[in-house]
Amino acid sequence: MNNFQSLPFYWPELILTGIIVLTIIIDFFIDKKDSVKVSWVLIIGLFIVGLAIYFQDKSRVTSLFMDAIVFDPFASFFKILVVIATVFISVVSWENDELSDYRKGEYFTLLGIIVLGLFLMVSAIDLLMVYLSIEVVSIMSFILAGYLKQNTGSNEAALKYVVYGAFSSGIMLFGLSILYGLAGSTNYFDIQQAVQNLDESANIALVMALVMVMAGFGYKISVVPFHFWTPDVYEGAPTTITAYLSVAPKAGAFAMMVRFFNQVLADGGAMTGVEGISTTQIPWPELLSLLAIITMTLGNLIAIQQENLKRMLAYSSIAHAGYMMLALPVMSSQGVYALMMYLVMYLFMNLGAFSVVIAVKNKTGGETFNDYRGLGWEMPLIGIVMTIFMVSLTGLPPTAGFIGKFYIFAALVKAGPQFYYLVILAGINSVISLYYYLRVVKVMFLEGDRSELIIQPPLVMIGVLLLAAIPTILFGVYWSPIANWIDYSMTFFIQTI
Amino acid sequence: MGILSLLIWLPILGMIIIGFIPREYEKHIKITAACTTGIQLLLSLSLWKQFNLGNGEMQFMERLQWIPSFNIAYILGVDGLSLPMVILTALLCFICVFVSWNISKSVKGYFALFLLLDTGIVGVFLSLDFFLFYVFWEVMLLPMYFLIGIWGGPQREYAAIKFFLYTLFGSVLMLVAILGLYFTCGKTFDILELMKIAPEALQGVVWWGMSGIKVIWVLLFIGFAIKVPVFPFHTWLPLAHVEAPTAISVILAGILLKLGVYGILRINYGLMPDGVFWFSGALAFLGLINVIWGGLCALAQTDLKKLVAYSSVNHMGYSLIGMAAVIAASVSNGTNLKAAQAGMGGAVFQMFNHGTISAMLFILVGVIYERAHHRDIEGFGGLAVQMPIYTGITALAFFAGLGLPGLSGFISEAMCFIGAFPVFRGIVIASTIGILLNAAYFLWAFQRIFFGKLNKKYNGLPEISRLELFTVVPLLVITIFFGIYPAPYLDIIAKTMDMIINNVVSLSTIAGM
Repeated sequence: MNNFQSLPFYWPELILTGIIVLTIIIDFFIDKKDSVKVSWVLIIGLFIVGLAIYFQDKSRVTSLFMDAIVFDPFASFFKILVVIATVFISVVSWENDELSDYRKGEYFTLLGIIVLGLFLMVSAIDLLMVYLSIEVVSIMSFILAGYLKQNTGSNEAALKYVVYGAFSSGIMLFGLSILYGLAGSTNYFDIQQAVQNLDESANIALVMALVMVMAGFGYKISVVPFHFWTPDVYEGAPTTITAYLSVAPKAGAFAMMVRFFNQVLADGGAMTGVEGISTTQIPWPELLSLLAIITMTLGNLIAIQQENLKRMLAYSSIAHAGYMMLALPVMSSQGVYALMMYLVMYLFMNLGAFSVVIAVKNKTGGETFNDYRGLGWEMPLIGIVMTIFMVSLTGLPPTAGFIGKFYIFAALVKAGPQFYYLVILAGINSVISLYYYLRVVKVMFLEGDRSELIIQPPLVMIGVLLLAAIPTILFGVYWSPIANWIDYSMTFFIQTI
Repeated sequence: MGILSLLIWLPILGMIIIGFIPREYEKHIKITAACTTGIQLLLSLSLWKQFNLGNGEMQFMERLQWIPSFNIAYILGVDGLSLPMVILTALLCFICVFVSWNISKSVKGYFALFLLLDTGIVGVFLSLDFFLFYVFWEVMLLPMYFLIGIWGGPQREYAAIKFFLYTLFGSVLMLVAILGLYFTCGKTFDILELMKIAPEALQGVVWWGMSGIKVIWVLLFIGFAIKVPVFPFHTWLPLAHVEAPTAISVILAGILLKLGVYGILRINYGLMPDGVFWFSGALAFLGLINVIWGGLCALAQTDLKKLVAYSSVNHMGYSLIGMAAVIAASVSNGTNLKAAQAGMGGAVFQMFNHGTISAMLFILVGVIYERAHHRDIEGFGGLAVQMPIYTGITALAFFAGLGLPGLSGFISEAMCFIGAFPVFRGIVIASTIGILLNAAYFLWAFQRIFFGKLNKKYNGLPEISRLELFTVVPLLVITIFFGIYPAPYLDIIAKTMDMIINNVVSLSTIAGM
């Protein structure tokens, strides 16, 4: 579809662009101390964008802008996830005391631009668009990670993030160029064709391309061995941004990986509801399984040793990336379904956990385990919701986290006995993770002195925490609406070969 | 809402009510908990009254759609295997509210978690959908963790996390097995449906070069064995039992251990009759190890509570030996239906009896601990003079524990042995050593605590209080009653046991393994 025909499908993004500009303009007219009001523009704007996406006519699945991006329910699903995460983070940002010394106008502008980048990421089917959208998201993240200008930790985070980001995106670009060299096109479907007909002698080049592209993806979802930036950046960045980075860009990158691996390296069976078949002899499913296992094991084992809660959650998010990655090697629609389910559940529990970190830091000024001693008695609400989030992150029923893991495990078992060892390893990993997640609970309830005084967090914070905690429980018990939504979103744009 | 749903969700209702009571009103919280569990007990008794003894199948079935896209349903039902366990749960939970009447630390949290635990346990016994079963199975863990971890003894944090990690490890293996069954047996979690499909559907399934039946059997067995606990997986038990507050030790020993045996009988026996034949020898052997190892460990303890904890390992061994006897009914073993009935009946009766007896023992240990503030067996002596009523009750409880004829423990143990004798002669003979040890550790402990010269320190030790008597006496009455007249219990389970035996024997193709 050419550029003009594409515009009617592109309304949400156009509205979003307008809102981003609006945030900049409105910021001019607001005092520094009131600058948080800019968030209203973003929140209301995103609400409109969300409605626009929701009411778009999704019966027509098509590619836009001369095959640069696609318009399909799968992309819309991820767009809505991103919108939910961004609205959530914008609201939490009101209550983040770390930000109180700074002007917050551009903070929300940058968040808006990330959203735009993620919209492109989840719908890209062209190598150039892939690279461009990743860069849009990355560069905005660098700035946001260093948003606390007078805080050395934040500066260090931003610098590390830039160095790693530049390096891995450089490698990725190199990989993409090899892929282009092999296929003679930047379009996914052309490459899929080319890969199918590739001479065996070109396999080395394909492997190199794959590994290099994986560096780019791996960096975005923090897969071992591309994870080294994660703990430092997560620790140094403002906690709201940490929470955001652990959820939204990850969702975007996973959407991208689903498209890339299923449509470039396999026959796209997962998109049509059958078992996919790899179109190359390269053992990329095995490679992904291996990376997933290493990622979750390393993430969990290192998380055990952390004393800082933010760092612990950083490693835990690495481990979760590992669990989610297990859904890719099976190349089936169940795998994609499970991944989407996991991301929805992960969104609520992880944002919730980070919100608790913010609430506690506002009160005690610290993020280490010591700052949480006896907190469950002093702030019962925080204690209870944090317990819910930790249990959910471990993956115990009846919480959302269990449902996510359940679907991933089911997809693996469904795919056949060759994947059973992955299920067992992932299961053992969740037992390991129980140790450090429960340590938070232990510190809050089993240690420290009981106080008779009960402190309630501010009202907005209570609202935010409940907004994350209620779905975490509810979707653990009744997730049919989510299941239906995902069922509906399992429609992809595919070019018939 | 049917009676079974009511039984499950009533404690949650109590929990919510407690949630609205301000934490200063401790008395009201306790009364709410007592009322909730009391109504639950009455409900479970009325369930018994309405229960049709002539029918071994599931009764009072409830079926609701839950997640249609994954074929997950809310299915409840009760049969002769689960009914006594539900009654036992309701009874012990009611008693335990009074056992924990004197708790002072955060009463509100304690009883809220206690009721949540209650829901989880009853849910496991009543659910007939595998997914639902698993959810309830896991729901128990967190309240248990807190109850041990916050209200427990000095080593409580370690005990709580060890219990949690062990059980979760088992649950994860169970989850894999559940999913394996789901995808090989026509995508259903309905346990009754699976019982029909699984024996055939699993034929010829090969995973990792092993028969699928064996793999799933072992995965499930490990999950359940950790709860029982069967020998190599038992190390969490002494710690958790000792560190837990008295009421929670009672629940742990009285009910939670039964969940393992219940799971093996309901799931492993029901779904994989072939596996029963393959595994029964190992089951009996593990039972033997439990009996001897538990006995030896109990003999070596100086802490009274630890002794009682190890006696649980010992007692659950009898249950395992009895369960293994089911194969006596097969053709190759001479279709000795009587032996199979005795063994299975004994195993299930032993579950119940151990539930009442160990509950009694833990309560009695709690009584002495509250007075003397230690549980060192060597540190007492001559208490018989000081506390005659307490001594008398403890004597009866100990005798019940060591299987004295006339008390309920004897009947179930004898039934286990009678059933297993024709098929596992050697194991039964060897496990009589366990009985000897059993008698030895109980009698020796009794002698050291109650006879001899009175320790001067305990001159003014008060006698067992009325509240404490109220908690122990019902259990004692049950023990004596079933010791003399076990028929009411055996009537409940008889038809269901016949069905399980029949199912195992007729569906299994011995050569098929």
